[in-house]
Amino acid sequence: MTAKYRFNEVPPSPSIDKVGVEERVKRFQSRSIKTTAKMQGLKMVLSMIDLTTLEGKDTEGKVRQMCFKAAHLHNGHPGLPVVAAVCVYPSMVGLAKSIVGKYGIKVASVSTAFPSGQAPLDVKIADTKYAVEHGADEIDMVISRGKFLAGEHTFVFDEIAAIKEVCGSARLKVILETGELATLDNVRRASDIAIYAGADFIKTSTGKIQPAATLQVTYTMLQAIRDFYDETGKMVGMKPAGGISNAKLALHNLVMVKEVLGEEWLTNKWFRFGASSLANDVLMQILKTESGIYQSADYFTLD
Amino acid sequence: MKRVEVLKTYKIYIGGKFPRTESGRFYKVLNKAEKPIANVCLSSRKDVRNAVQAARKAQGSWQERAAFNRGQVLYRIAEMLEGRRAQFVEELMLEDYTKKEAQTEVDNSIDRIVYYAGWCDKFNQVASSVNPVSSSHFNFSSYEPMGVIGIMAVKSSGLLGLVSMLMPVIAGGNSCVIIASEDKPLCAVTLAEVLNSSDVPGGVVNILTGHMDELWSPLSSHMDVNGISTDGRNKYITKVQLASVDNLKRVRVYSNDFSLMQEQGIQFITDFQELKTTWHPIEKIGGASNSY
Repeated sequence: MTAKYRFNEVPPSPSIDKVGVEERVKRFQSRSIKTTAKMQGLKMVLSMIDLTTLEGKDTEGKVRQMCFKAAHLHNGHPGLPVVAAVCVYPSMVGLAKSIVGKYGIKVASVSTAFPSGQAPLDVKIADTKYAVEHGADEIDMVISRGKFLAGEHTFVFDEIAAIKEVCGSARLKVILETGELATLDNVRRASDIAIYAGADFIKTSTGKIQPAATLQVTYTMLQAIRDFYDETGKMVGMKPAGGISNAKLALHNLVMVKEVLGEEWLTNKWFRFGASSLANDVLMQILKTESGIYQSADYFTLD
Repeated sequence: MKRVEVLKTYKIYIGGKFPRTESGRFYKVLNKAEKPIANVCLSSRKDVRNAVQAARKAQGSWQERAAFNRGQVLYRIAEMLEGRRAQFVEELMLEDYTKKEAQTEVDNSIDRIVYYAGWCDKFNQVASSVNPVSSSHFNFSSYEPMGVIGIMAVKSSGLLGLVSMLMPVIAGGNSCVIIASEDKPLCAVTLAEVLNSSDVPGGVVNILTGHMDELWSPLSSHMDVNGISTDGRNKYITKVQLASVDNLKRVRVYSNDFSLMQEQGIQFITDFQELKTTWHPIEKIGGASNSY
């Protein structure tokens, strides 16, 4: 199977008006979301989380614990959704799948020499194959930022297309690592390349580099998805990751998705949050909204 | 032309910064003659939330400081207060103190701070204990700070009541959120400026002004507040105690007249400490009975 589009079919990317983006983003942040709307929003956020642990020190125990949390966010409070997926390293995919599979939670695996992406293509392909064979439903790949910044955009395009081919039925998320791309123009170009090369999702960051998922960057990427949809009628998903640690910021993201892309994107099939500490803050907000009492992290699981 | 006086805006103190209240509201403080003396922030429950968050963030590193260092920081507060005596006296006089009363109140406040500064690295030695047990363990109990303490300050006193409730709490390594006296809030805000210019890390002390009517509830029900210190004349005491049940806050009610010399002491520090008992195994030596 070859990619649907060739590199020379990627349309030229529009240049980004940074000041305009900031103005627009500011308006998303001034929305007031209260009571029932807030409650629905918070539960939606929970159902869109990719609960993530991507550390060198990850153990099977840590992954097991996180998988349990993914399925039981806060047992003291019935009626909460489960998260969308757990996101782990390829070596933990089999274990994670065996735990969360029965709850309908997807397993996402990072791949292609995450987080740097500095490995030859055959290693990246082997990395991806391993994850898919062990049951990964989703692959989070990183692009070669060095090549991108050096202007070798065809290389980046071909690499994504090659990984997409290996994924088979697994959905491919392409991490742009926007913190290393320096400008919004670059973010837009990388988004266009990833989308035309076959990405099912585009994702902001690995979570290892700051700044990560700022609203400005996410907005720029949503615009790329919008333009692709207008052009071809095909939907692409979006996953901001890194730095979204509180409920308010998550809700602002949802507002932005609704207003840029529309309601069809407001499901965990098309929108995800990559986060580790967001879930607890959302849970605390839900309990606060119901009881009127401010909550303490002391009464929620550590991760 | 007569010069228009530039009146100071009294702002609240959260996390080492002086924001206006999130709600944008204010109230007029009146003296006995019903003459307005200042505009002061009317804090809301969201200010309480922000203040507790700041206090929680600051508490860990404050507790981990060497006790001796905490003593130095407290002593520095006294030094800075001494340097701004005149301002405090003036503010107390606006709040209907006579000059003599005001001077005594400031003097006593400074002395009280120095008193608690001295206790910082000593109260644990004095209050801790080695306990007799019948097994071969070395068993000892020592004090650790509770965490974030809410302080509902003495209503009738401008400075001394506040200082007397605040100092023992932070001397023991807690951080705190203070609701200043509704009628006499000026010195509380000025004290915040003193704290900010001494070496107290931002967030260890947070000071809000406003109506007790609306602030007692978010503070005393907050799950991340570990204890409440309140003036005995606070009319919400029963409600505060009820709201504290959920996370078993310790509530201490002080009806003391803090202007008296004897109303200071180590017990005010241990009021907001948790006792930790350690069982340390020891070798039993030669069958000799061991009272430890």
